[in-house]
Amino acid sequence: MTVTLFIPCFIDALFPRAGISMVEILERLGHKVVCPNEIACCGQPPFNSGYWDEARTIAAPALEKLKDAETVVIGSGSCGAMIKKFYPELFKNTPQAELAKQVASRTWEFSDFLVSKLGVTDLGAKFPHKVTFHDGCHGLRELGIKTAPRALLGKVGGLEFVEMKEESCCGFGGTFAAKFPMISTAMGEVKCAAATETGADFIVSNDSSCLMHIQGLLSRQGSKLKTIHLAEVLNQK
Amino acid sequence: MSFVSQFKSLASEKTRDLRHRSVIRTALRSYEVVRDKRKAAFQSWESARQAAAETKWEAINHLDEHLVALTAKLEARGTKVHWASNGAQAREIISQILRDKKARSIIKSKAMTSEEIHLNHALEKEGYTVVESDLGEFIVQLRHEAPYHIVFPSMHLTRGEIKDLFQKELGDAPSDSPEDLTMVARRVMRQKYLTADVGFTGGNFAIAETGMISITENEGNARLTAALPKTMITLMGIEKVLPRFADLALFLPMLATAGAGQPMTCYNTMYSGPRQPGECDGPEEWHVVLLDNRRTELLANAEQRDSLHCIRCGACLNVCPIFRNVGGHTYGTTYSGPVGAVITPHLRGLQDWKHLSNASTLCGGCTEACPVKIDLHHHLLQNRRNASTSEPAFFEKLAYQTFAIVANEPAFWSLAKKIGWLTQPLQSLVKGTALDPAKAWTKTRELPPQPLESFKDWWKNRK
Ligand code: SF4
Repeated sequence: MTVTLFIPCFIDALFPRAGISMVEILERLGHKVVCPNEIACCGQPPFNSGYWDEARTIAAPALEKLKDAETVVIGSGSCGAMIKKFYPELFKNTPQAELAKQVASRTWEFSDFLVSKLGVTDLGAKFPHKVTFHDGCHGLRELGIKTAPRALLGKVGGLEFVEMKEESCCGFGGTFAAKFPMISTAMGEVKCAAATETGADFIVSNDSSCLMHIQGLLSRQGSKLKTIHLAEVLNQK
Repeated sequence: MSFVSQFKSLASEKTRDLRHRSVIRTALRSYEVVRDKRKAAFQSWESARQAAAETKWEAINHLDEHLVALTAKLEARGTKVHWASNGAQAREIISQILRDKKARSIIKSKAMTSEEIHLNHALEKEGYTVVESDLGEFIVQLRHEAPYHIVFPSMHLTRGEIKDLFQKELGDAPSDSPEDLTMVARRVMRQKYLTADVGFTGGNFAIAETGMISITENEGNARLTAALPKTMITLMGIEKVLPRFADLALFLPMLATAGAGQPMTCYNTMYSGPRQPGECDGPEEWHVVLLDNRRTELLANAEQRDSLHCIRCGACLNVCPIFRNVGGHTYGTTYSGPVGAVITPHLRGLQDWKHLSNASTLCGGCTEACPVKIDLHHHLLQNRRNASTSEPAFFEKLAYQTFAIVANEPAFWSLAKKIGWLTQPLQSLVKGTALDPAKAWTKTRELPPQPLESFKDWWKNRK
């Protein structure tokens, strides 16, 4: 099938390896990947700050670009939730209301797409490390994605998986991290401590934005623990 | 200091306080263990939540009818029902009763509505003696503090701190064992019960069908508060109504489970009137004060009406990572945590309290925990929208407008990435200093290194 890959703004600018891995994986599975150059962002930053007009200014052209897409795949639970869950809300009572619902129903978070839509868990990847998984809250609670990433990691050769004892938000929260840095940092420290306690070498997640926050704290602490996007793990040979 | 600066400054202080963090975390982790055990004892916790949400929906959407039915039943058994539109009216009604009764001292059981209307403060100013009889409330009252948590008022204190407090304030504390400390408090309180002119309580549920008010407690103090003094006053929000007596079969275990991880709270008492002819105990007079205090405005708000479903169990506070790190007092509100962040802007003014709705990652843990399925974290988002629409912050709006222009034009977006890449070395020179535009981030975190080739560059070059 033709997969329209939605690359979130921060993956484009800061974590291109995650996006590249998704392209390579999808192509290896025999799908045609397209990636509209005109879409830069889903509009979540203004949306979450309450500036819904500005969010619509960004989201409306993105929606138009996705109008004819058969399947949209997005490598972030957070931006995935924006499209799947919040676009219908944002465009309620506007001429794009129907389109927003249609696009939402055709949009998949990357790991969920592989497991639930394609029925694939074994990608033949090898990653001989001990890893733990961080569930981004939007992917987990807005989209209900919990088992898919674990099913995928379960099939990675040499990978040893260990859960964190405590399930908690990493404290990123978009602009929250800058508006309330002290709270964001404290939450991040709790997360880092839980991950460190597992003895893992890597924290894997399907959300680069959470990982950016967690890695930022780990690097400052001088920790050896590293973060990596799920797609990159699945693309290791 | 504005409410937001006060919040930020207390949040900075508390998040640095590692001892506080560990006290709260330890307490709440043991709560989680027992709560999960109790949840598992339900045939289906999720169906129970759904049923509770539907019952509350029915209660709130027919609040007018239920309140009329409740009042009629209460009055039929001799209870005096008063209606208070706001805190000032409620305080005046209560003062008037105290004056009529020539009361001097009041014993209270736990009532968050009394915190909401700042009752203790007002009564003390009028010269009354007010004693809290719930152990946790008694402790924070001795410290001249507001309750830290709506269910566990003194959870921020260790046994050692409580021992020192009792030693200092009551001159008695043989050890820091809970039993000893409870005995000390009990000795003090028993005296107060016998001399109090008025017993004051809150209420957990009001049953419209039977005209009863249900009070839930673990210590038996509310029973004594209600039974010993000649006059009883109960203050409760109008949203506490449940349609039927049978609804308690769900709500009592649910409140106990979500609130404290108990199968049932130790004492659940249904009050249906003052002492009736031929009865040997109970108050001679019972006054029930029903408080609006802007609840009807929430009722008129279709989008957030479900926040009136709240049974004040505290579950959303317990799971909230913000609450766990900043603590209850930082909020500066009667109702803290997620539910406080949702309703305080409605109860006390959106612009003054919108920061509570902003101070969230929207993780949704609260919504998942709420036994009556209030859509808490989405309400935070709606409060943000309402606040930004009615009074946009100039620079923030401008920033998003600019961002929208850049994001919508591939050439601008590409340029922005290049500028970002080019200015990285400069940024690292000023990192963490006052000149650093990313200081809020870099004070505690590293920025991710930005690669020269973005995803889109790679995509273009590859074709
Ligand atoms: S909002 Fe829900 S979880 Fe929070 S206190 Fe109220 S009933 Fe409990």
